[in-house]
Amino acid sequence: MNGSRSAALTVAWRVASFASFRTEGFPLIPMAILGVLIFAAVFANVLAPHDPEVGSLGERFRPPAWQQGGSEKFLLGSDHLGRDVLSRLIFGARISIVVGFTAVVVAGLLGTGLGILSGFLGGWVDQVIMRVTDAWLALPALTFAIFLAAVVGPSAMNIVIILGLAYWTRYARVIRGEVLSLKERDYVRLAIVAGCSKRTIMKRHILPNVLNSAIVLGTLMLGVVVVTEAALSFLGLGVPPPQPAWGLMLADGKKGMMAGYWWLTVLPGCCIMFMVLSANLLGDWLRVKLDPQLRQL
Amino acid sequence: MTAPPLLELRNLSTHYVSARGTRVVRAVDEVSLSLEAGSTLGIVGESGSGKSTLALTILRLLPPAARITSGEILFEGEDLRTKSDVEMRRIRGQRIAMILQDPMASLNPLFTIGDQVAEPVRVHEGVGRRGAWSRATDLLKAVRISAPESRVREYPHQMSGGMRQRIVGAIAISCSPRLLIADEPTTSLDLTIQAQYLNLLRDLQRQYELALIFITHNLGIVAKMCDQVAVMYAGRLVEWGPVTRIFDAPAHPYTQALLGSIPRMGDGRERLTAIEGQPPDLAAPPPGCAFHPRCPQVMDQCREQAPPETVLAPRHTTRCWLSVPAPEPATVR
Amino acid sequence: MKRYIVKRVGFAAISLVLLSVTIFLLVRLTGDPTVLLVEPGASQADLEAVRKQFGLDRPLWVQYGHFVSSLVRGDLGHSFYYRTPVLELYLSRLPSSLLLASAAMAFSLLIGIPTGIIAAVRVNQWWDSAGKVFALLGLSLPSFWVGLLLILFFSVYLGWLPSSGSGTAAHLLMPAFALGWYFAAAHMRLTRSSMLDVLGSEYVKLARLKGLPEALVIGKHAFKNALIPVLTLAGINLVIMVNVAVVVETVFAWPGIGRLLYEGIAFRDFPIVQATVILNGAMVVIVSLLVDILYAVIDPRIRLAR
Repeated sequence: MNGSRSAALTVAWRVASFASFRTEGFPLIPMAILGVLIFAAVFANVLAPHDPEVGSLGERFRPPAWQQGGSEKFLLGSDHLGRDVLSRLIFGARISIVVGFTAVVVAGLLGTGLGILSGFLGGWVDQVIMRVTDAWLALPALTFAIFLAAVVGPSAMNIVIILGLAYWTRYARVIRGEVLSLKERDYVRLAIVAGCSKRTIMKRHILPNVLNSAIVLGTLMLGVVVVTEAALSFLGLGVPPPQPAWGLMLADGKKGMMAGYWWLTVLPGCCIMFMVLSANLLGDWLRVKLDPQLRQL
Repeated sequence: MTAPPLLELRNLSTHYVSARGTRVVRAVDEVSLSLEAGSTLGIVGESGSGKSTLALTILRLLPPAARITSGEILFEGEDLRTKSDVEMRRIRGQRIAMILQDPMASLNPLFTIGDQVAEPVRVHEGVGRRGAWSRATDLLKAVRISAPESRVREYPHQMSGGMRQRIVGAIAISCSPRLLIADEPTTSLDLTIQAQYLNLLRDLQRQYELALIFITHNLGIVAKMCDQVAVMYAGRLVEWGPVTRIFDAPAHPYTQALLGSIPRMGDGRERLTAIEGQPPDLAAPPPGCAFHPRCPQVMDQCREQAPPETVLAPRHTTRCWLSVPAPEPATVR
Repeated sequence: MKRYIVKRVGFAAISLVLLSVTIFLLVRLTGDPTVLLVEPGASQADLEAVRKQFGLDRPLWVQYGHFVSSLVRGDLGHSFYYRTPVLELYLSRLPSSLLLASAAMAFSLLIGIPTGIIAAVRVNQWWDSAGKVFALLGLSLPSFWVGLLLILFFSVYLGWLPSSGSGTAAHLLMPAFALGWYFAAAHMRLTRSSMLDVLGSEYVKLARLKGLPEALVIGKHAFKNALIPVLTLAGINLVIMVNVAVVVETVFAWPGIGRLLYEGIAFRDFPIVQATVILNGAMVVIVSLLVDILYAVIDPRIRLAR
């Protein structure tokens, strides 16, 4: 009786560990989920049973296969234009993954670059960049992104750039802080004393060391970026229809929701949730693994 | 008949256990000593020797990972290990008080001096606000802070380091405790203020009939202030006894090394005598006597077996194979 | 304290200037902003007229001067759709957004702070783990999806609450919950870490050494110190809430400035968009300043500094 209870507890502990609720555990489930999403994004053309942008009006609002009225043709149901929800979700993964990762990279490059310059060069360069960062931060990222999208018009390329511009400031601040403390390290001081050019020092000594923080930040930012992209799509400012962005699916789904067509709201949202959840868990784990001192992130 | 000692530790051990129970750190290992009312004990040792843990053990304010694994803490004849949480809380601050090392960090920046000094009085003696406020002013006077009436309404960041340490002292004596433990109280003070502060402590001790435990790594303070000294190494008490005896003729090689490393003017030495090596990792201490890797008089036995506590004289003990008398030939086992 | 305040006001002023410059430049990002500044479906002659009116053929700094002077005068443009000054529209909708944000903030603090404190006091035990799960979910669920799910559940299935509009407390419940959910998690996280820091501090240790009852140690010494960063964040978050409420207000058709922004986008009514963004940004700067000043009043270290 004692044995089975402790066995059950051990199993529960292991599961929680895998799900990364205790930060020591390797995040198996989040990585698996992200893996599945990336797989879906890459192989969407093969995996999706239907064309995500073409629908048959005779098959509108079909519920998922396991509900009454559903059919095997539309495993997860169909939307208001008769398009297959499953296929749209799969292609939507492609959009979320591509836009998410690219935007994070763009923001990362911009933010890390400016952070290194600001932290290392100091002086007026630092002041200028910091003032700009502060002013930039005055505008919440979503508002900023909405504004830019309204000005330049929505397209996949624009969205990536917009999101990158909206979020680089998060990187800049943290990286700058790292660089400031790195500057005090002995091997950097040695390099300066030895006469290495500033560019060399930044490239060979500073950059590799801030890479850790940049990666952790990137994983954490991925979740935020995906949610913002979904919000933009929901408002009609994201990747333009008929491309199946998950946020756009939610907007479309609202019409059907009032009539009780729940799958159009729950399913795309679940996808967003799983992706963001996994990115956050992975980011948390990376943060603890790579550098416990990054706890202030 | 002599009165029982105010504080007596018998075979006290405190261990830190890691979350999964794999690493055990013996922070305090079978320490036994005693302290009379009104006298002063100095506890010396390197960082990590267990001095601060010993103090927290006496007060039973250990972090959750630590556990008292053996021994007794006899204070005024009662074993503190048997006390409940509520009883311990009544003892802390009221019968046993403690001063921490960093006075700036010890004081809450958001509350006035008066509030913080009056707190123990209000909690332990139930004094009302008015009464507590005037008690606080009196206490500040007792620790020789000028203009106490105005100071009482000020905040910690407005005080100098020396003043803050006195304030912490005022908090400690506020309920007239019998025992005061001071953990490196002068380490963060300027040299010029240190002497003043030590004099203050001595006067307070006389005035309030306090027993004092002084945790320090500064042997000069021990020589000046203490009646007895306890030398700790890797959690073990390697020597304990009267200051005069130990300073004249230290029995343990570690004590000898500590005393020998104090530079003295005119002794003709060119190089400072340092103790070779590093203090051990308490999670994986060396077998036998923990000091043996650094001991200049190490013997084979030291590497295999930890030395027992040997009584050299009344209230003078040491843990060293050198001090263990050779067994009588007839009783060799 | 005076120096501190003057410094902060200075920073705020700089931020406002930079904000105006940023908006100004961004609008001209595409090279020719005329298209944005005319009504949809305008003729070539209209375009020319607008170009003249806004001085778009004049040098950049002249345009900027024009821009700033109209801002200062309170002229933030006219809405094409509503045919009224946008500032008027904005101010009329602001109270609704503030109401929603306040309700959401109250919710997030009422949930977030106690859970954070308990998680810190019972660190690494069951409560803490539950708190971590809650925080994770809060940070991972988009607010508008939460809103949609709430509508699905409480309006469509249960029929208890109205799915859109405003006017009664019942209308406020779901939008406030959806909006506050994310922030409840953020506040919980910050309270927890702030509390943990404070619980490990020397003055808390001393409080215990004084023999104070645990309730006093946590309730008096730890609590006030731990709250400072949380309240600072909450102040800023209030404004951020007003901003990110754009999606929640759209979901619930809540008549606030978020919805106004959405209308500007949906109807291609650029003056609304531009003005709303400027005013939102200005609001963030001003509220940050107010929070900083409040900070100065609460923390005696700043209040009594020369």
